[in-house]
Amino acid sequence: MSVNVSVIRITRASKASISLGVALCLVAITLPFWGESSWMREFVEIACYFIFAMMWNLLAGFGGMVSVGQQAFFGLGAYALLVMGNFLGINPFLSIPIAGVLAALISLPVSKIAFRLQGGYFSIGTWVIAEVFRLSIANLSAVGGGSGTSLTALRGMDRTFRENTTYWVALACVIMTIVLIYFFLRSKQGLALLAIRDSEVAAESQGIAVQRMKLAVYVVAAFGCGIAGALYLVTNLRISPDAAFGVNWTAFAIFIVMIGGIGRIEGPLFGAIIFWGLNKFLSDYGTWYLLGLGVLAIVMMLFFREGAWGFFTRKTGLEVLSIQRRLQR
Amino acid sequence: MIDTIIQGLLLGGLYCQFALGLSLMFGVMRLTNIGHGDLIIFGSFMAIAIAPLLGMNILMVALVLLPLAYVVGYLVQRTMLNQTLGKDPLPSLVVTFGFSIVIQNTLLQIFSADPLSLDAGGINVASIQLSQDVAVGVLPLIIFAVAAASTFGMQLLFNKTSLGRAFRAVSDDREVAELMGLNSSHIYAIATGIAFVLIALAGLFQGMRTTVSAADGPMLLLFAFESVIIGGMGSFWGTFVGAMVLGLSQQLGFKFDSSWGIWFGHIVFLAVLIVRPNGLFPKTKGC
Repeated sequence: MSVNVSVIRITRASKASISLGVALCLVAITLPFWGESSWMREFVEIACYFIFAMMWNLLAGFGGMVSVGQQAFFGLGAYALLVMGNFLGINPFLSIPIAGVLAALISLPVSKIAFRLQGGYFSIGTWVIAEVFRLSIANLSAVGGGSGTSLTALRGMDRTFRENTTYWVALACVIMTIVLIYFFLRSKQGLALLAIRDSEVAAESQGIAVQRMKLAVYVVAAFGCGIAGALYLVTNLRISPDAAFGVNWTAFAIFIVMIGGIGRIEGPLFGAIIFWGLNKFLSDYGTWYLLGLGVLAIVMMLFFREGAWGFFTRKTGLEVLSIQRRLQR
Repeated sequence: MIDTIIQGLLLGGLYCQFALGLSLMFGVMRLTNIGHGDLIIFGSFMAIAIAPLLGMNILMVALVLLPLAYVVGYLVQRTMLNQTLGKDPLPSLVVTFGFSIVIQNTLLQIFSADPLSLDAGGINVASIQLSQDVAVGVLPLIIFAVAAASTFGMQLLFNKTSLGRAFRAVSDDREVAELMGLNSSHIYAIATGIAFVLIALAGLFQGMRTTVSAADGPMLLLFAFESVIIGGMGSFWGTFVGAMVLGLSQQLGFKFDSSWGIWFGHIVFLAVLIVRPNGLFPKTKGC
């Protein structure tokens, strides 16, 4: 019995939305010529959160590794950029990718330790590792110790030029993050990752190198978090161990991913937009605002696991960035 | 040197009290409570809040606080955490992480960011002079004794009572245990209730021994976690020894340089993880 089926990898809706996305990107590129500089600053800040959340989603939503310690690589990226800029005289914009690569390199030995723990203990173990980096750097007076220091490498650069370049670099990072994760998850490796997420044992029995795959995801996530950290320093111009290695980064990432929908590419994108809105209008409420975010994360997890985007997809059947393979006769 | 060792062991006693609740919840239902440290701090603040109503009598505070903690723990498990259990650790991690954020900000809102402490009526400063230059505090000694007793009690509960048998049964195989007539939701809730009593006790001690502030929780979680892992999962005496190792490491680190104490504790933890991934005294392997 043979059945003729064809595999549909891209739906009409996702074709349309990709075109829309490209158009949006083109508009976004021209923003410095017509927008205000405060918009650009806001974008860069939310870009850091978004990239970080995207990486957390990759780890927890696709790789099954719920890390509470990704801020380790965020901080390392930021401090790598600081050292390259202030001591080695490398242009900070050029050293953003180098900072990402350094974070990824450090994640290799770190994974040797972190992977000794599984499940919930992996989460707290990664947190301990992030704390080790925080405390180590807080004791290094060369990079400002516990109170932190400023990025001096951008001093003397024309302000408009600096802001525009930062914005474009951030935009490029965001677009590359989305595109790379999209194609990665659509690739053979992506399929393997989804198989591991659904059942590690079954995936292994089908010949998937589970441990190697997990390591690859961990290293890629470290790279992305390093980029986010480097970007944060370029826009913020000041860094301290508490800000760079704070668990708040992970807290916000969890919130963004949970509200948007875990295990989907659109989840963090949608979540970041919601987070931006909440942050803009409610962050003045301080502790009440954070308390609300915590409650919302609990409620989403207990009752709306699919997240806002999952709800939208289920109701409309639309998938913007589809990674599914649909069979059609 | 002897002084450092004694202080380290006494610190370990406190860490053991921190760790027992975490060890219990993980042991019975594989639940990692990220809000563990924040719950300890919450316990401290509750003690500080009710102490004036009870005439600053610490024993009375404990008599009110501990039963209350049991009820709260039972209800939290029954109404929320039971729904998050399963093969996937994500739900319980996200929910307990949410607890952590909610507790921290609630405490910040009510008590502000200022550190507070519980007036223990003098026992917190009383000490016994052992020799010319070695003195031990009365309160740390009491904490150490209670921690040892708690460890002993938990081990006894697990090995000798029918409740302990039920704990072990649902831990080994939930479905088979249910077929044998155990109500696992109820058993889990009892375990969390007991864990919350241990947590409240830890909070009481922490509040008496030093000052507490709303943001302290995560650090205590890490100390509790490190004690459990160093000792090896699944054994309360393992946790006790793990806490001693951590307390000693930190105290040695502090002696070397006050800013490296906690760092050195973390490093010893990571070293144990590299050399003996299952801890020093593993009972169960993997998780």
